[in-house]
Amino acid sequence: MASHGKDLSLFDPGIARAAAIESLERLDPRAVARNPVMLVVEVGSALTTFLWIRQLVVHPPGAPPPWFGGLVSLWLWFTVIFANFAEAMAEGRGKAQASALRKMRKEVTARRRVGDRVEEVSASALRKGDVVLVEAGMLVPGDGEVIEGVASVDESAITGESAPVIRECGGDRSAVTGGTKVLSDRIAVRIGANPGESFLDRMIALVEGAARQKTPNEIALHILLVGLTIVFLLACVTLVPLAMHLGVALPATSVVALLVCLIPTTIGGLLSAIGIAGMDRLLRKNVIATSGRAVEAAGDVDTLLLDKTGTITLGNRMATALLPMPGVDSEALADAAQLASLADETPEGRSVVVFVKERFSLRGREVAAIGAEFVAFSAQTRMSGCDLSGRSIRKGAVEAVRSWVRSNGGEVPGELSAISDRISDAGGTPLAVAEERRVLGVIQLEDVVKGGIRDRFQRFRAMGIRTVMITGDNPRTAKAIAREAGVDDFLAEATPEAKLRLIREEQAKGKLVAMTGDGTNDAPALAQADVGVAMNSGTQAAKEAGNMVDLDSNPTKLLEVVEVGKQLLMTRGTLTTFSIANDVAKYFAILPAMFSSAFPEIGALNVMHLASPFSAVLSAVIFNALIIVLLIPLALRGVRYRPLGAAALFRRSMLVYGLGGIVAPFLGIKLIDLCLQAFGLV
Amino acid sequence: MTAIGWIQIIAFFALVLLLTKPLGLYLYRVFEGRRRPLPRIVGPMERFFLRLCGVDPSVEQDWKEYAFSLLAFSLFGMLVTYALERLQHILPLNPQRFPAIEPALAFDTAASFTTNTNWQAYSGESTMSDLTQMAGLAWHNFTSAAAGIGVALALARGLTRRQGPDGAKTLGNFWVDLVRAVLFVLLPICVVAALFLVSQGVVQSLAPYRDVTTLEGPRQILPMGPVASQEAIKEFGTNGGGFFNANSAHPFENPTPLTNLVELLLIFAIPAALTYTYGRMARDSRQGWALFAAMSMLFFAGVGVCYGAEARGNPALRGLAVSQSTGNLEGKEVRFGVAASALFATVTTDTSCGAVNSMHDSFTPIGGLVTLANMELGEVIFGGVGAGLFGALVFVLLAVFIAGLMVGRTPEYLGKKIEAREMKLAMLFVLVFPAIILCGSAWAAVAPAGVASLGNAGPHGLSEILYAFSSSAANNGSAFAGLNANTPWWNVVLALAMLAGRFLMIVPVLALAGGMVGKKVVSPGLGTFPTDGPLFVGLLVSVIVIVGALTFFPALCLGPILEETLAGGGRLF
Repeated sequence: MASHGKDLSLFDPGIARAAAIESLERLDPRAVARNPVMLVVEVGSALTTFLWIRQLVVHPPGAPPPWFGGLVSLWLWFTVIFANFAEAMAEGRGKAQASALRKMRKEVTARRRVGDRVEEVSASALRKGDVVLVEAGMLVPGDGEVIEGVASVDESAITGESAPVIRECGGDRSAVTGGTKVLSDRIAVRIGANPGESFLDRMIALVEGAARQKTPNEIALHILLVGLTIVFLLACVTLVPLAMHLGVALPATSVVALLVCLIPTTIGGLLSAIGIAGMDRLLRKNVIATSGRAVEAAGDVDTLLLDKTGTITLGNRMATALLPMPGVDSEALADAAQLASLADETPEGRSVVVFVKERFSLRGREVAAIGAEFVAFSAQTRMSGCDLSGRSIRKGAVEAVRSWVRSNGGEVPGELSAISDRISDAGGTPLAVAEERRVLGVIQLEDVVKGGIRDRFQRFRAMGIRTVMITGDNPRTAKAIAREAGVDDFLAEATPEAKLRLIREEQAKGKLVAMTGDGTNDAPALAQADVGVAMNSGTQAAKEAGNMVDLDSNPTKLLEVVEVGKQLLMTRGTLTTFSIANDVAKYFAILPAMFSSAFPEIGALNVMHLASPFSAVLSAVIFNALIIVLLIPLALRGVRYRPLGAAALFRRSMLVYGLGGIVAPFLGIKLIDLCLQAFGLV
Repeated sequence: MTAIGWIQIIAFFALVLLLTKPLGLYLYRVFEGRRRPLPRIVGPMERFFLRLCGVDPSVEQDWKEYAFSLLAFSLFGMLVTYALERLQHILPLNPQRFPAIEPALAFDTAASFTTNTNWQAYSGESTMSDLTQMAGLAWHNFTSAAAGIGVALALARGLTRRQGPDGAKTLGNFWVDLVRAVLFVLLPICVVAALFLVSQGVVQSLAPYRDVTTLEGPRQILPMGPVASQEAIKEFGTNGGGFFNANSAHPFENPTPLTNLVELLLIFAIPAALTYTYGRMARDSRQGWALFAAMSMLFFAGVGVCYGAEARGNPALRGLAVSQSTGNLEGKEVRFGVAASALFATVTTDTSCGAVNSMHDSFTPIGGLVTLANMELGEVIFGGVGAGLFGALVFVLLAVFIAGLMVGRTPEYLGKKIEAREMKLAMLFVLVFPAIILCGSAWAAVAPAGVASLGNAGPHGLSEILYAFSSSAANNGSAFAGLNANTPWWNVVLALAMLAGRFLMIVPVLALAGGMVGKKVVSPGLGTFPTDGPLFVGLLVSVIVIVGALTFFPALCLGPILEETLAGGGRLF
């Protein structure tokens, strides 16, 4: 999915064509009524159209020329159509995403276990709690949890990552997603969602706009826009009797034109498109949100909790140095370390082999070929190693190795504790290597902080977000890693309860907390956090608890989620400001035009020197309609977020959209007026 | 414009600035402090009155109880005043034997004083008995101001209180706020101010009107009364209802330049001080000073334009062989001059005071436009006592809503989120003004009963109508002379406008406070829009101006703006 629709151009011809048709269908007043701002425009358009037709029929004396009423009506209709077009475009792009998602849900046959029998049913008939068997080569019929077996699964359909992943019962890798393919072995899966309720279903509904509920902030803004519309309705309608008092009969067409120009049609027409496009942008980043509310909340995040392992550091500790005891040749230590690790399949063991090979050019040897006998790690001995031709080599926890050497009758040099303490202080883990009665040296294992992670945290800090690392390590190790990675704080020796407590404490301080997690033991914390992003590779429980799922299972994705949230709000704010700022110029265009025939002196307000009253009104209406179309790309793409701090960000937006919003229509209206003149219309 | 004119204006503002912190601190101690000032003198009185009313000062009210108490109190006071007016001919303290007030005017006046408007469709000295003036109207001068302070405090508490462990949703106690505002603030300062005014020659007497022979020979009746005591609270409570019809232009109300300055200071004192009180309540004085700064900018813009227009003189006379070196003195007292008159007009319309020392009707179209615009911006340029602060705070919420979105956070103010409910109530508040002023004016402009009262034709007549409704809705009470408002139609319509302009705004404000008080406080971060710097002040000013301008520009276009452009061509109305 990583590539689905990503390269969709902003005005994809297919989508634009469908949206154009739909924008006409949506002229249905029942559809427009959901948006009171546009409803006012539609009613106004109908009124001016009616007046124009009546004028064509009865020719009332003193009426403006017929082309004026006709063109104003036409452009008023265009205003509604353009707003519909914006919404249809956003939904169309969402639908394109959704259909890509839907393709993953090919109709598959599931093998459902009923008692001891297995029956074949359609995947769409599966209910929550059903258990299905999936074998190599089959598609997983629905989201669920592995309850038996282990299998390698190709999840590229969802994540775009081609390497197969292991899914097994128990633990944190038990979740499987519908539409992914089992490559080997066989698993039993308990289905986790009823048809139509899976993550995919919910996301499809959200991006298509069908199930889209207005988010809290969107509702608040909507109220502001409706309030402003009523204010302008009052201002324009009362103008008629006020003018009548002065003996001026205002033409209804001009009053409607003034009203439509003043009410916030720009933001009113683009508001729902902005919301849909926000969800869509998130999906493009491979994050599935279960509600728009969560996306909005992401923009407010103050504190971010991150698991150390896999997020800040590469999954495992790696050998980074060999420190020989006095009198021990480092080549000898390297040789012993390699022998002790050859058969050690743990990542740490492998990292020792790799390190020795790179640093000391010692080729790997086959354990069997040299006749060695491998001693596996056990929780009791806390050591591993090998015995070969009389040599007995061990590596392991310093304490364990020390007592092993002593039990062999050997002496332990004092340097061992000194070196191992130094390693621990620096955040590493020491492994002692010994042969029979002699301690040879220490392997230094260290967490390797992911490349570029420091920069990412720097960006979080610039956004005003505090990062907290969560780790099971002891505080000493945790502190060292925290310093290296550049996180603001850390929680060491973390238990699920400690995580939950930390989130509650932060929330009590008035912080909005986001966290990423994948394990079942993360679920309570994910649910408590304001924004909980579950890794797609995680357990079903984690996914249910969070309010977003990252299909790429990339914990630093939160950065992008936060940006999308902020962009969403900023786009609304800037376009609202722009829309209101536009009104200044429209007043100066239309008001003088309305009164200039009765009071030529009021022409002093015609600062744009528009050609004629008709041209002035028409230019303003055309500008008002065209600006919606011009701003569709901005609404769909979102205003760019820069982590500058609130004051600088505000100053910048105010300059562009506030001041720009005042100036732009003066230029635009004048330009349209000049064009109308050039066409000889006015 | 002259240097001396500007010195007067700047000196006045400097004194306001000096007064703001001490008086604001005093108000904070009275209403929010653990130990109230004047414990020996006022303390026992406070306890006496609260016990008399059966009010336990430790019991707070939620917004509905607070609103109900305020509405019930106002209704009761209004009914009593109506009764006093209707029965004044049989009640004592009526040395001039004035007859009962007829019903429409009595209703209008009762509504007017209850709402802190003090719109007067009558001449006080020839209509109201001393009892009506003192027990009815002066009562409201105190209590309507105190009620306004109460509402401002309730909203401030709603915004600034941190939710306690019990999650209390209370906003204080209306009765306690009312009693404290009167006893600690309004009464003591008014007593001092009244004595000062008497020392300058303001009348204070219960004797019948004096029959005197003037220097020129003819006999004349000199109306008198308890003027100084009325005068002090008239300004200090931003009431504005004069004892005399000529209001503060009358030498018995405002005899000297010094009394003029003191009266101006009394008008701005509480509204300015409340911004500081608010900052203290928010635990961050800068929050209060930011409001003060925004209000000051709007004040200077108003007074600058108004003084400029008046100093330039009448546009219709420009180009004629007439010297206008003293500016437009028509309708102004020579002892105050153009600058002090323009200043007074600006101050009285910035706040909801409505006292006048010159006739706004005679101002140049642009000067008159300033007075109209000041009121139509929502009476938030310092504004009425209490009303200015709560009105400004509603605009603050609108401003931070937009600003919050623009910096990519869901909007918050003082750590509290502004959500759909707040926007709904804020918009209800904002809608009251256009609904009353525009609809009322439109009706009056075409209704025969409305037009019949007009003294002037054309755009000037329209300005008179707009002014009447703006003044009523904004609870200002000053009048554009020229409109005969004492007709049944105008009395009833304007009374309704005043009641709507007061209570339809107060109820949403209290609801807003009730919703905000229980909200969780989120701590500010790097991404939070700061509400205490110049950026915010600029934003707040723009929001106030843009909301007001977009709403009223078309109507003002047909009134003062059209009049100005026509006057340039020599057409007068």
